Amino acid sequence: MEKYLLIALFAPIVGSLFAAIFGDRPKNVITGIVTSALLGISFLASFYLLTYVDETHIVKVELFTWILAGNFTIPFNFIADPVSVIMMVTVTTVSTAVHVYSMGYMANDKGYNRYFSYLSAFVFSMMILVMSNNFLGLFIGWEGVGLCSWLLIGHWYHKHSASWAANEAFIMNRVADLGMLVGLFILFWNIGSLEYDVVFENIGSLDNDTVTLAAIFLFVGAMGKSAQFPLHTWLADAMEGPTPVSALIHAATMVTAGVYLVIRANEIFALVPDVGFFIACLGAFVAMFAASMALVNNDLKRIIAYSTLSQLGYMFVAAGLGAYWIALFHLMTHAFFKSVLFLGAGNVMHAMDDELNIKKMGGLNSSMKYTGLIMILASLALSGIFPFAGFFSKDAILEVAFAEHAYILWAMLWVSAGLTAFYSFRLVMLVFFGKKEHKKFGFNPHETYTFVLLAMTPLAILAIVSGFFGGAFESYVTQILPHYDNHHHISGAAILIAMTLALAIGGIMFAVYKYSNGGFDKKLEQTFIYKLLINQYYIPEAYDRFLVQPFTRASTYAWLNIDNKIVDGTVDLIATTIYKTGDKTRAMQSGNLSKMLRWMVVGLVVLLTLALFYRP
Amino acid sequence: MDIGLTHYLVLSTILFSIGLYGVLKRKNLLLLFFSTEIMLNAVNIGLVAVGNHYGDLTGQMFAFFIIAVAASEVAVGLGLLVLWYRKHQTIDLDSLQDMKG
Amino acid sequence: MEAIAFYLFSALTIAMFTIVVVSDNALYAMSALAGGMIFIAGFFFLLDAEFLGVVQIIVYTGAVMALYAFGMMFFDTTRAVKENVENKYVLNTLAGLATVFAVVAVTAPFAGEHVGYVLEAVAPIIDGVGNSQMVGYVLFTKYLVPFELAAIMLLVAMIAGIVLVSKTMDKNITMLEAEVQEEAEKDYKKDKIWI
Repeated sequence: MEKYLLIALFAPIVGSLFAAIFGDRPKNVITGIVTSALLGISFLASFYLLTYVDETHIVKVELFTWILAGNFTIPFNFIADPVSVIMMVTVTTVSTAVHVYSMGYMANDKGYNRYFSYLSAFVFSMMILVMSNNFLGLFIGWEGVGLCSWLLIGHWYHKHSASWAANEAFIMNRVADLGMLVGLFILFWNIGSLEYDVVFENIGSLDNDTVTLAAIFLFVGAMGKSAQFPLHTWLADAMEGPTPVSALIHAATMVTAGVYLVIRANEIFALVPDVGFFIACLGAFVAMFAASMALVNNDLKRIIAYSTLSQLGYMFVAAGLGAYWIALFHLMTHAFFKSVLFLGAGNVMHAMDDELNIKKMGGLNSSMKYTGLIMILASLALSGIFPFAGFFSKDAILEVAFAEHAYILWAMLWVSAGLTAFYSFRLVMLVFFGKKEHKKFGFNPHETYTFVLLAMTPLAILAIVSGFFGGAFESYVTQILPHYDNHHHISGAAILIAMTLALAIGGIMFAVYKYSNGGFDKKLEQTFIYKLLINQYYIPEAYDRFLVQPFTRASTYAWLNIDNKIVDGTVDLIATTIYKTGDKTRAMQSGNLSKMLRWMVVGLVVLLTLALFYRP
Repeated sequence: MDIGLTHYLVLSTILFSIGLYGVLKRKNLLLLFFSTEIMLNAVNIGLVAVGNHYGDLTGQMFAFFIIAVAASEVAVGLGLLVLWYRKHQTIDLDSLQDMKG
Repeated sequence: MEAIAFYLFSALTIAMFTIVVVSDNALYAMSALAGGMIFIAGFFFLLDAEFLGVVQIIVYTGAVMALYAFGMMFFDTTRAVKENVENKYVLNTLAGLATVFAVVAVTAPFAGEHVGYVLEAVAPIIDGVGNSQMVGYVLFTKYLVPFELAAIMLLVAMIAGIVLVSKTMDKNITMLEAEVQEEAEKDYKKDKIWI
């Protein structure tokens, strides 16, 4: 079994290195094929592990001792238990599809080989993240995905906005990673190990404050990676990257790493319910906050990015309230339907020559039937309509919120569900139905390659059917995750389901009705709320004004005054002193023997003086 | 009044200082050599006096070697001086300025 | 007796050497130096270093001074070097300071002889054995290697003196050989004389 684990882990990096060989060469299809094939192998190995691993068959591999310093031992070890196997299968499924999809999407890109190298390196980092058996390995993967995310967002680095967005994502993640590092330090300081087993065994013996601190700092790390408020702005800007990257990294895998961390460290978070409740509150807030921004945005990818943010909020609600398996379940279903939604958006962009403004689209369904169908199905899944995947997982989260008597959270999530349904179908209506606005701008939409659509199909099917595996999923992952059975907590769960479903359907109906009749009145765009929402609550602007600009000013000041005057001044002073001393004392070296003799005697006198009067 | 080591050392130092003064003052290279000889002899007195004080012959040995070194120095130095004089028709110290930087 | 001899020789030596450093005439200076050297030999006799005293007289007054005398013949001693000394004040201060400090430094440890700072003699003087005999013993046992090295040094110095002063030294030696050959041939052709 170890063999399969290693294959699943190392196949992506082999592909990445292979593609890297061709990094500076013109496009070569073989890099796409090889990386995709290796990803496929990785997927098969992961899937095989899924069938094998259960509570009694946990695969552990220790490659070598990584760090050994005194009492500090960190082995390079990996684990395949139900949770990580689920993550592995999810990651490899989505990334295989995305790799194949990218071969079509990036077909005319100059950085084709480079792109595939980065993409596979990302999958490798993600696999390390989910398979590591200690926190430090997780952190390595965590940083690795951050790095690959930076590389991929900035793939079109010649565009200023892309390189800016890449830096923003990287720096914001770095802020959060500091929090995570502090959390790890606290754990190591108090427990003396970063192995999952050891940490979870001994975490109960620590006092409550320490555990709370550790949990908070770990969650700060998760907030950055999962783009929770107030570190959320990078995710929307990250849409500057190629769309398959958005699908893989900024929807399905990397941004869910924060949720994975909370799930993996559930034994820490379970000890401090207050922190858990805070996580849930923040999640609910972000779910609603992001959904509201998605309502009015006109950028195709940003809408989906905000929806990702919103769904991450849902996951954190479940994880914060202790329903870890439900969070993981939503993570998985979300990965499927959100990535396919992004890939569909990619098809649309491809057809519209990278146009992103949905107001300039419309009526694309006639030319892109298959993409339209997939997008509608994925949107239904996102909205939580029975029997699509989103219905099961999202509904479960709402039930958790209700069962925990967190009625306010429930209400927020319930409203968000309605908003989700509305903005999803606003997008669908504006893009695929209605008037063909794009005619005005001279676009000529066309369906993409068949193999690209075929690559999307498995994800689309999973987006539809994966909800039905909820029962099997629960019994599988609760082998190691805590049980959470919400059905017995509340009577009348059916009523709740009906309410949510009704709201979602209502939202869809409203969107369909409104946008098939010409949309909203233009006057609404003058209202305060619209402006607030379209400007993302002015948060990016506030960050710019209160953080970036003062920091720039401080840096400029430091550069001009401290660096130029003090640091450089000191160095220059030393140089000038030596230079001038040399210039002055050059007269001593006149070449005149008599003068030299005199200087020699001066030296003699000095030495004699020292010998006589200096007493140490 | 007994003549002790200190007397010889003071004498030695005075003679050495006379030599040093000569080295500083004279511009005639030949006289510069003379001054050097004075300094060497002054040191010799000191060495022999110390050796006598401790009942040790090492001081005298050193004096011997110094005399040998002085003799060599005179031979080589005078040779160089003669060369210099032939080339420049002077033995003024201030003419030795070829190394001026 | 010793004191009288010491002070007499001291006064004479200092006077002679002062003449050496202040005299404008090189000939006077040389004569005074020779005198001073002989008086220094007197100190060596006072200090029971008879052999050294003899060596001093023979080597310095005999050999070295003769060498200087021969050396002076090369130079035009009547045309005295005009010595223009700048900054006499600085010079005198420096020399004075050096003198005072050096005297103090040299006498200081012995002024405190009562400290009981006793050194082990390396080559002790044995009573009843003559100085020359002792010097012979020590020189050819303990200091044999330095003695031989000094001999080599003297040899090198002698060769150096000869080579330096030989007339054609301002030319390259290998060129010189060729030149000498050439000239010899020329002479041979011209005068038909073998050299």
